Amino acid sequence: MKILVAVKRVIDYNVQIRVKDDGSGVVTENVKMSTNPPDDNAIEEAVKIKESGKAKEVVAVSVGEEKAQETVRKALAVGADRGILVKAEGALEPLAVSKILQKIVEKEKPDLVFMGKQAIDDDCNQTGQMLAALLKWPQATFASKIDVKDKSLEVTREIDEGLETIEVNIPAIVTCDLRLNEPRYASLPNIMKAKKKPIEQLNASDLGVDTKPRIEQIKVEEPPKRKAGIKVASVEELVQKLKNEAKVI
Amino acid sequence: MTKESMEYDVVIVGGGPSGLTTAIKLKQLNSNLNVCVLEKASEIGAHILSGNVFETRALDELIPNWRELNSPIKTKVTKEKFLFLGKNKSLNWPTWLLPTVQKNHNNYIISLANLCRWLAEQAETLGVEIFPGFPASEILYNEDGSVRGVATQDMGIDRNGDKKDSFEPGIELLGKVTVFAEGCRGHLGKQLIQKFELNKDKDPQQYGIGFKEIWEIDEKKHEEGLVMHTAGWPLDNNTYGGSFMYHAENKQVFLGYVIGLDYKNPHLSPFDEFQRFKTHPAIKKIIEGGKRISYGARALIEGGLQSLPKMFMPGALLIGCDAGTLNMPKIKGSHTAMKSGIIAAETINDHIISGKNLSDYEKNFKDSWLYKELYHARNVKPSFSWGLILGIIFTGIDQILFRGKLPFTLKHKHADHETLKPAKEMPKIEYPKPDNIITFDKTSSVYLTGTNHTDNQLVHLKLKDPNLPINYTLEKFDEPAQRYCPAGVYEVQKENDTNKFVINSQNCIHCKTCDIKEPSQNIIWVTPEGGGGPKYGNM
Amino acid sequence: MSVLLISEHNNKELKPFTLNAITAASKINEDVHVLVLGHNSDSVAKLVSEVPNVKKVVHINDTIYENYLAENYTSAIINLSKDYSHIICSANTFGKNLMPRVAALLDVSQVSDITKVISSDTFLRPIYAGNAFATVKSSDKIKCITVRPTSFDPAPTTGGSAEIQTGEVGDSTNLSKFIKKEEIKSDRPELGTARVVISGGRGMQSGENFKLITAVADKLNAAIGASRAAVDAGYITNDHQVGQTGKVVVPDLYIAVGISGAIQHLAGMKESKVIVAINKDGEAPIFSVADYGLEADLFDALPKFLEELNKLNTIQK
Repeated sequence: MKILVAVKRVIDYNVQIRVKDDGSGVVTENVKMSTNPPDDNAIEEAVKIKESGKAKEVVAVSVGEEKAQETVRKALAVGADRGILVKAEGALEPLAVSKILQKIVEKEKPDLVFMGKQAIDDDCNQTGQMLAALLKWPQATFASKIDVKDKSLEVTREIDEGLETIEVNIPAIVTCDLRLNEPRYASLPNIMKAKKKPIEQLNASDLGVDTKPRIEQIKVEEPPKRKAGIKVASVEELVQKLKNEAKVI
Repeated sequence: MTKESMEYDVVIVGGGPSGLTTAIKLKQLNSNLNVCVLEKASEIGAHILSGNVFETRALDELIPNWRELNSPIKTKVTKEKFLFLGKNKSLNWPTWLLPTVQKNHNNYIISLANLCRWLAEQAETLGVEIFPGFPASEILYNEDGSVRGVATQDMGIDRNGDKKDSFEPGIELLGKVTVFAEGCRGHLGKQLIQKFELNKDKDPQQYGIGFKEIWEIDEKKHEEGLVMHTAGWPLDNNTYGGSFMYHAENKQVFLGYVIGLDYKNPHLSPFDEFQRFKTHPAIKKIIEGGKRISYGARALIEGGLQSLPKMFMPGALLIGCDAGTLNMPKIKGSHTAMKSGIIAAETINDHIISGKNLSDYEKNFKDSWLYKELYHARNVKPSFSWGLILGIIFTGIDQILFRGKLPFTLKHKHADHETLKPAKEMPKIEYPKPDNIITFDKTSSVYLTGTNHTDNQLVHLKLKDPNLPINYTLEKFDEPAQRYCPAGVYEVQKENDTNKFVINSQNCIHCKTCDIKEPSQNIIWVTPEGGGGPKYGNM
Repeated sequence: MSVLLISEHNNKELKPFTLNAITAASKINEDVHVLVLGHNSDSVAKLVSEVPNVKKVVHINDTIYENYLAENYTSAIINLSKDYSHIICSANTFGKNLMPRVAALLDVSQVSDITKVISSDTFLRPIYAGNAFATVKSSDKIKCITVRPTSFDPAPTTGGSAEIQTGEVGDSTNLSKFIKKEEIKSDRPELGTARVVISGGRGMQSGENFKLITAVADKLNAAIGASRAAVDAGYITNDHQVGQTGKVVVPDLYIAVGISGAIQHLAGMKESKVIVAINKDGEAPIFSVADYGLEADLFDALPKFLEELNKLNTIQK
């Protein structure tokens, strides 16, 4: 079995986001970038499945600018066997990314595709489901447990009401929740080994995919500042206000 | 369990200006050398914080064609100001009366973090292996006592010291020579100085704490290339310190404050002094209407030549601010750190190729312009122990009339942890409340650093005696850690009517001030898990 | 053209977030049609038809819709899509799972998690976990949209009488199979979705003292949260942690008790609709975001708070 894992390079989750003055986006210059956190869980799970003997190869793929190579390299350092970087300039919409990934799937013919449930930059939460639709594969989103069976996966999903378990036929797409596992650290020797693993580079434009944006980003703003409220003098007043003014209890 | 090991010709600890310079110079001298650089930050530059007005002298020697290589050195200093601040007034000091070392017309306003990122690219192009996210946590020795290399931190240890599922043991990096370039108060450098008595017969080391904020200001108030320094208010005559304001590119100003850690009043809060400083009319008018986009703090080393330890030992060198090569009157340490790295690389290459002794470092250092520079600068900092006014008068005589050639050397008398007076003998200081426009509280400031340490790991700020903060330091000094820490790591909390010393280690921004200033030297800073700490951008 | 809203339900009852999504849908176009895909779900279709904002209910009943599987839902929605300008559902795990699958097959670039309708093609949506907001304009012919439920009031549930039309059953894929659902047994709502959250900080002084929080939480049917400081101090387990490195919550009511309001914590709760802070330090940063601040010792205030709540005749659940 072969598992393809899609990873995205995003602004590190510890970095405080700063909106550009002209409203054209957020500042990304001189900002620490990292792998999208749940994508780390996706790689970890794929590598675990490989270590259990149920998969033979784990291929990491990223779509983005040249520097996304670092993200692929990081996946190689924690156990992916080889990498693919599809180079594309500018921000791509999930629809375009899923079309690119579709081409990669057609070429690589993996049995499973894993990725994080959502990217922490655009917060779209679309790519996995879109890829599943384009490939006519089943999807298991928000996975917090994956059980690999003969021809199917049993996946536990984190849903609003609690947990749901579904079975999906292989081939399938799984989008991973942060609770799926605890990603391992890349060790120094493995980082060294990863430098020698191959990364195939492709251009999005060569894949025949239309990546033109369909959504125009008119402006990006800071969230509205919360205005300071009032101080209440007593518990009684607090309860009255919550009941009669805020109407929340 | 024995750790895995990797062997190199040279292992460099720390990816700052001195470490990266050493790496580059080594590869230039001998491309066959295997060189690696360990860096505790998640990426090169993320733990670098500096003013910075950059003198290119060392870089000119290292990479003469740096102008052609898209280096981040762009903003030439065009104008200089020096202000003495009173509470509401400011006095413009004529620049012709400044000592030459404080003149900056050939220098550049840069982000040192970005320079380091660029140096790292140059180093990698030459084949240096750089490992960000891997703190060196332990020094390894040979049986003969010489340095054998370092071990990286174990990853995946929980707060009780037990291994988590994700446990990943550290590994040993062994070098023919190990270069320690951790920056000011490196935690391994400190151990080496002790073990090899590198500071024997030297004055106690002197430190300062430096704050920096980056502001994006109104275009009309921005003068790219302007360098401004101040002395005076809000500090009293007996506290050493001053500010800098550098107008960098993209409407940004680098605004900072440095306070000598030999201050005496335990009630003093360096952070609040810096915040208060910004309310001075001469400063406020420039940043008003602007936006603070970054904050950070870092200890810096000020002792100069009198306190500079021996920089070589069997199997290793100690360079840059890890030793203490900063030039205080120039307020510059980058070019000197880089020069110490060049000398280190030359010495190491001779050692590896021709078997020359590492102790040649001393001679090579003394023959260099670096030594001359530090020699001429040596009397400035100690003279300020007499107060700001006498310090300035003496510095005028020493630097302008004698150009640093007075036939005597002033001494540093005390280590910084010895200078605090008991809390009840010193006046309390009321600091104004932050207005969240010009001045801010610590928590919202720390947020801007992007600092984080994965939860459930060992606390990396160790107490030799866990009871001392409450039983002694609180009573005698009103636990000054609450104030000298620029990141709000230390708090004294009342819990069920008993005081408890709380360490919010996740807030730590790796400035090392606690390790320096704690009056009983009770706090030991050790390396946390790799990648922890601030995520500075263009600091 | 009309707006098609995909409802979420359990074949008996409508899930509340659908009502919030209906409000958003009617802001785009008043002609809101709601699709009920289910099995033995007549009662749901009826409930939906009584929502005054709903103009038509399309009801499709089949065993393949007994459990919600995006693979099976999709084709029925695609079949209906040509008559609609917008397809909408709530941006919870239901809608997030479903909508992109529909969008991709319609070759539409989806607009996720909108918090405001600016016009029929322009929307506001949070990005970077709410640290920035983007105004986006869709150029697709059909617009596929998910709606952040907490940003829109729930639509009223009575007074309407929309026509219920029976729709055509779509293809069944057999790609996936429902096995089981384990609803969280606890009486306490999930931190991530609770309407009310009450959190304790280090001011609680011990894990034992969290029983004061629990008592109020029981009364308000609230989830229990904590600051990282309280978690680090060992008062409570880290799955309760609210903040930048814990959970981000957006309840209607957030009560912060003994929490100073470190910015990392604020990052996790500042989008809450109403924030209450109880803290004895009047300077605590938490007060700068609180709608109602009570400067008091929590050990006095919490029991009194419970007492006052007990006096109320009704409490919203």
